[in-house]
Amino acid sequence: MKLRQIKEFIIEKLIFLSGILSILFVVLIFTFLLKEGFLFFKEISIKTFITGKYWYPISDPEQFGILPLILGSLIVTLGAIIVSVPLSIACAFYISEVAQGRIKDILKAGIEMLAAIPSVVLGFIGMTTLVPFLKNVFNLPTGLTALSGSIMLGLMAMPTIITISEDAINAVPKSYKEGALALGATRWQAMYRVIIHAALPGIIAASMLGIGRVIGETMAVMMITGNAAVIPTTFLQPVRTLTATIAAEMGETVHGSMHYYSLFAIGIILFVITFIINVTADMFLHRNKK
Amino acid sequence: MNKRILNKRLDGLFKVLGILTTVFGMLVLLVLFIDVFLDGASRLSLGFFTSFPSRKPEAAGILSAWVGTLWIMAVTAFIAIPLGIGSAIYLEEYAPKNRLTALIEISIANLAGVPSVIFGLLGLGLFVRWFNLDRSVLAGGLTLAILVLPVIILSTREALRAIPFSIREASYAVGATKWQTVYLQVLPAALGNIMTGVILAMSRAVGETAPLITIGALTYIAFLPQPPVILSGEFPFIRVGLQGLFDPFTALPIQIFNWVSRPQKGFSVNASAGIIVLLGITLAMNSIAVIVRYRQRKKTRW
Repeated sequence: MKLRQIKEFIIEKLIFLSGILSILFVVLIFTFLLKEGFLFFKEISIKTFITGKYWYPISDPEQFGILPLILGSLIVTLGAIIVSVPLSIACAFYISEVAQGRIKDILKAGIEMLAAIPSVVLGFIGMTTLVPFLKNVFNLPTGLTALSGSIMLGLMAMPTIITISEDAINAVPKSYKEGALALGATRWQAMYRVIIHAALPGIIAASMLGIGRVIGETMAVMMITGNAAVIPTTFLQPVRTLTATIAAEMGETVHGSMHYYSLFAIGIILFVITFIINVTADMFLHRNKK
Repeated sequence: MNKRILNKRLDGLFKVLGILTTVFGMLVLLVLFIDVFLDGASRLSLGFFTSFPSRKPEAAGILSAWVGTLWIMAVTAFIAIPLGIGSAIYLEEYAPKNRLTALIEISIANLAGVPSVIFGLLGLGLFVRWFNLDRSVLAGGLTLAILVLPVIILSTREALRAIPFSIREASYAVGATKWQTVYLQVLPAALGNIMTGVILAMSRAVGETAPLITIGALTYIAFLPQPPVILSGEFPFIRVGLQGLFDPFTALPIQIFNWVSRPQKGFSVNASAGIIVLLGITLAMNSIAVIVRYRQRKKTRW
């Protein structure tokens, strides 16, 4: 009896410990980003970092302005929103309200598959098909543009947006729809006059989580957006994002150099952006529950 | 009257539009994959799996890449699965409703939303530099373990929550302790769904590239980590050791990325072949997950 109590005590403590660990990991992420990033901000102020127009980390004199990178991330994300949000919402409605039986199952499986495809693979496909296609259509010197990034990332955000929106639509009480239909509304009217309003907070949360995914995405962006650190003016020019900068340059930096610390500083900015997006999405989701 | 006909038409239009876009989307995806497949299939041979990378595209293979992926996955699974399931059990079965629990919940939600490159930065700062693990299998595996941890926790919690409370009450009623209830009743009942989540999380880790590139995993490696079991002709005949954990590595997606960024046409064919292998692995894992879930659903009687 005694032995069993001891065993149970140990197991409970171990389980408690593994629960605590996730706090530790978040704290570790914070400390390491801040520790390395802080060394950077001692030399260069946050304001010059964010508003600087030139990213020349290894030329002499070096310049650390991430405005082009921030705008690069923003334009790709904006494009991805335009591509994916309307399509995903329509798709979610189609799956939960219109499609039936076999088609519904196939669609759901297809979306799950799309979510499972690694981003290098999508990047490669974008590189071999989409990039040459855009180059020919718009008669550009290169097809590696913000637009190609937007389209590919839009595709990658779709599974997230569709599944969460679908949950939100399914959570709308059946009586709403039945009420609308009883009043003589067609199914289409019930959808866009009644159901969408009830499901809106969930749909907004879904879109925001999709956006969070787009901003954080790295490999596909690095492969198809051309990686030129210039302030973008149109969708048809190469851009470079925050994530791609970290992944592409970290391998080549000297440990302890300003360049090394600057990439951690970019990490801080990225962390803050995604944190805000996720918290806002969470707020919308909780409002939905109430 | 006219308006009613219009509305009816709109109704039908949405349905037709839905089916059309669905078919179109599926077709485009299919064509793209067939394209990659045709490109890469010619390179898929036994030699492709047993050769190291090379400067000559025809001679290059993915030996170091798939062995590296296997090593990393072993480390990731070893760390993330027990930790993830453990914290899910804590949160669902044990945790009191207090500040600390709320803090854990927020941390997990946060970890789940952090971009994967940032995990790379953490891995670089913590494992590569601070623990001085260098760019080793262990550093890569630990980095990916933290990355998939929230995924495993969230799916396991979902699985535990689906077990009706009456099962726990029945177990207590016949005198079982808390842990006996969890271990003998709740976990077995939730096992199928837990497995599904774990497999999906691991399949995500297989394709993850950005954090590994950020911690500085090498792209050109012409040797393998020391195997855990070595057979030899001398006395103990078998040597078991985990020295390989500290060897440098490359992984399948990194190798593909490396080939993609080379200009010669031959390497792009290699990349296609590598992608067939990578997609094969991830889709196989996903199918297994779907099958496990399906069987669990059939078994469930509440």
